[in-house]
Amino acid sequence: MNQFQYVQPTKQKAAIEALVKNANAQFIAGGTNLLDLMKHGIVAPEKLVDINKLPLKKISHENSSLRIGALALNSEVADNKLVLAKQPLLAQALNAGASGQLRNMATMGGNILQRTRCPYFYDIALPCNKREPGSGCSALAGFNRMHAIFGYSDKCIAVHPSDMSVALAALDVTVVVAGPQGERQILFTDLHRLPGDQPEKDTTLTRGELILDIIIPDTPFAQQVHYLKVRDRASYAFALVSVAAALATQNNIITAARLAMGGVAHKPWRLSETEKSLVGKPVSEKTFQEAAEIAMRGAQAFTHNAYKLKLAPNILVEALKTAAGIA
Amino acid sequence: MSIDKNAGNNQPAAENNNGLPNEDRRTFLKKTSAVVALALTPPTVLKAASMDEKIAAAFEQVKITLNINGNRHKLAVEPRVTLLDLLREDLKLTGTKKGCDYGQCGACTVHVNGQRVLACLSLAVMQDGKKITTIEGLAAGEKLHPMQEAFIKHDGLQCGYCTPGQIMSAVACVREGQANSEGQIREYMSGNICRCGAYPNIVNAILEVKNGGQKV
Repeated sequence: MNQFQYVQPTKQKAAIEALVKNANAQFIAGGTNLLDLMKHGIVAPEKLVDINKLPLKKISHENSSLRIGALALNSEVADNKLVLAKQPLLAQALNAGASGQLRNMATMGGNILQRTRCPYFYDIALPCNKREPGSGCSALAGFNRMHAIFGYSDKCIAVHPSDMSVALAALDVTVVVAGPQGERQILFTDLHRLPGDQPEKDTTLTRGELILDIIIPDTPFAQQVHYLKVRDRASYAFALVSVAAALATQNNIITAARLAMGGVAHKPWRLSETEKSLVGKPVSEKTFQEAAEIAMRGAQAFTHNAYKLKLAPNILVEALKTAAGIA
Repeated sequence: MSIDKNAGNNQPAAENNNGLPNEDRRTFLKKTSAVVALALTPPTVLKAASMDEKIAAAFEQVKITLNINGNRHKLAVEPRVTLLDLLREDLKLTGTKKGCDYGQCGACTVHVNGQRVLACLSLAVMQDGKKITTIEGLAAGEKLHPMQEAFIKHDGLQCGYCTPGQIMSAVACVREGQANSEGQIREYMSGNICRCGAYPNIVNAILEVKNGGQKV
């Protein structure tokens, strides 16, 4: 690991200023992804700004919304009674990610901002536009079994690795951030971006912006939910494909639906058209299979990930069936 | 890295008592490998290395206090030193193992303020003021922890390299209330990889401790 300076500000303003002043400074919270990247030589910050002294750990329910501080640990949130009662989908997705040890270290903000696990991003001997803009994408003609089937560009076909973020994408979440220009709120689905011509940019956050809170509104579709993740082993592996499904039903008719997929795109893949198509339909396997067809429109595979074209709709149907209680 | 000589008990107990103390074996290996490395290194590289050391010296050493296995340690550490390297290289607490060093195997699992974490992905400077328990701190003197006893009884290991991490994780797993069935244990122990495949025996050891109702 390269050498770096270490500071631990106690004020939010000082933390943000430290990043504005030094273009090679970076925030650190849990460090589970950042230290891994630093050990691999993928990033080499000159200064780490430890934000753990900032008061951003609170989990509360106010104004019909669950509010979770960016520094709340993944395990704390997954076990929190308010979260389990109000947003069980989030708890399910959190427990599907990483391991007991990592969930005790990783924060909510850090989970959102984790980088891709594309093997070419991690291999500093090979070109990668995300790691080194303009160098090329090794995955395009390489081993692309884990890669995207939606929303990619010829510059990058990597996927976002977070399970938690797939649930957040489905739940109409807003993120509160603070930066040099003050605070602003961003729709969670606008936080991550597609690669386009700038795959080095994972998010729409600007320099020095810090995630403060995650706000999840109470909704009618918060209780009939399921997070389904398929991976290479039973536990502790990144998703091949995952689905977050949330439904509201009345007399067996779907009144609202929210759907997002993981492991298929550069960002958590929200399925808005599919959601609309479900409203007014009866709860049935046939309904869900029709929805899966809509969800897969526009999907295109590479040499090694064509299995996702079949796996993704199957998982979508299964997640919806479980959420609706007809699995 | 430097250790405050006025600090408390920095001297760990010998790792085992199989004749030659491990401390001696390690020191011997370090010395001999250093001599060999020096003999094989071209002079230009040596010059560059001493330059690097000068640059390193310019970087700050951060003072921290850690409570490790009940002993208070006042230390000065370079920010890039992980908790794992601090434990193993500086405090000679080599019970905590370095497996992958990238947070993928669980061999370095320790408890920080009672929670199981990965020492390889923890910076020592970020642990200031915290209470750390390693495998060396689990037994009460000569009396093994019930989880250690259970691992022996159920043969929960072959080569033993992952075992300290498995045991630290297993103790936490029971304390967290996540050891109520074989399935739950397998899920909540999934961050600890055993390449010998001792999993069935590890699960049995944890089940016994859980069902025995002993205080862990």
